Amino acid sequence: MKSPNHQTQPCVQVEHVEKWFGHTVALQGVSLTVHPGDFVVFLGRNGAGKSTLLRVIARIVKPNGGRVYVCGIDVLKNPEKIRSRLGFVAHSSFLYRHLTAFENLLFFAKLYQMRHPEGRIQETLHWVGLEKQAHRQIGGFSRGMQQRLAIARAVLHGPEILLLDEPFAGLDFEAAELLGQWLKDFVGNQKTVIMATHDLEQGLEGAGRWAIVEHGRIVEEMREGYASVREKYKRFLRERPREIS
Amino acid sequence: MKFLSQSFTIFWKDVLIEYRTKDALTSMLMFGLLVILMFHFAFEPDGQETERFGPGLLWMTFIFAGILGLNRSFAGERENDSLQGLLMAPTDWGTIFLGKMLANLVFMLIADGVILLCFALFFNFDLLPRIGWLSLITLLGTLAFVSVGTILSAIAMNTRMSEVMLPVLLIPVVLPAVVGAVESTAAVFTDPPGEALGFWLRFLVVYNVIFVTLPFLLFDFVLEE
Repeated sequence: MKSPNHQTQPCVQVEHVEKWFGHTVALQGVSLTVHPGDFVVFLGRNGAGKSTLLRVIARIVKPNGGRVYVCGIDVLKNPEKIRSRLGFVAHSSFLYRHLTAFENLLFFAKLYQMRHPEGRIQETLHWVGLEKQAHRQIGGFSRGMQQRLAIARAVLHGPEILLLDEPFAGLDFEAAELLGQWLKDFVGNQKTVIMATHDLEQGLEGAGRWAIVEHGRIVEEMREGYASVREKYKRFLRERPREIS
Repeated sequence: MKFLSQSFTIFWKDVLIEYRTKDALTSMLMFGLLVILMFHFAFEPDGQETERFGPGLLWMTFIFAGILGLNRSFAGERENDSLQGLLMAPTDWGTIFLGKMLANLVFMLIADGVILLCFALFFNFDLLPRIGWLSLITLLGTLAFVSVGTILSAIAMNTRMSEVMLPVLLIPVVLPAVVGAVESTAAVFTDPPGEALGFWLRFLVVYNVIFVTLPFLLFDFVLEE
């Protein structure tokens, strides 16, 4: 694992972010600094606020309070500019099942204003092993193939930061292994990965920073290896049983 | 330029998907044709009755067929959470509104055209001398309808029973435009066109200026969770 360069400007800076939906508090005073080359994992139960935090960083969701900077740019003031530097992979693929794999990527390439994207699309399809399926409508793709295409979509425009929200959900072992390897390669190129997950079993070997999110707060931060974090997180879950309302 | 090209990309994606699935157009056309047929057999209208009831019947068919199409507008974006992909793109979210609105406009104008032809056929209505005015009125009325309808279908998408919610939200807002469209169509149905035509056309233009601009400006707030 490459160590991140902490001399450089942080690529994501979250300062005292608050977010609520109606009476439900999703984030309470969350602060976090991420540097280029970091592989940060938000751990927590469903509904803890991990996904909301990712969506606030991507400025899909507007925070009620606090500030978020991506590559030094205030996401509230210039959301379009920061989104071109982000890639987002979630449990859903964000793709259109009646378009072919190539058409899906071409659509997003055009939205990202890429010039002559055909070559880059072919290259990316080859990278995720879908070049032979390029002209098939993706409605017939397996979950693993769709997720590989979702990764291709997310990295097509060459983002500096990859946001992942439960990307391993529903993936078979082989696809999960591949995704885990891609993430390591991505971080190895001094790019940044921020992932939210509740599942400690897959693809986290490359991670170097961990934040446990509970009730909209970061309650614990760790900079340790996977094995040690796994034990600590399990203990955390045992010590703080879920409140069932 | 960037704004327009991104809007066109979204528009073209919707057109391509509709070309492959034919979801919206099939339901709009089937519904429209059935309504025209039902009214034809129920009333067997003569020329005077067509002049009297025709404009209202025509616009009622356009509107309800259009609602079926609008219900499909954001349904495709719910599959695979595709809307999130659009939101993540470095675009002004107004491009999503413009692209979707243009796609809805094209689909609805195709449906309107076919419904109008069937109306002329089943109601013995001489379409040719009035085709110019009717095209203009249909364009203005439909533009007003889809502009408001696009933003409201984005709102309804996240509600329970969205297919019921859309007409409940939409019809009260577009009612003035529908009245304007029916009145101007009624003016065209008489020979020569009635004096009210000018007033109602101006009314439709003003409605469009307001209700194309407002949804465009408000779309960010609608998409904001």
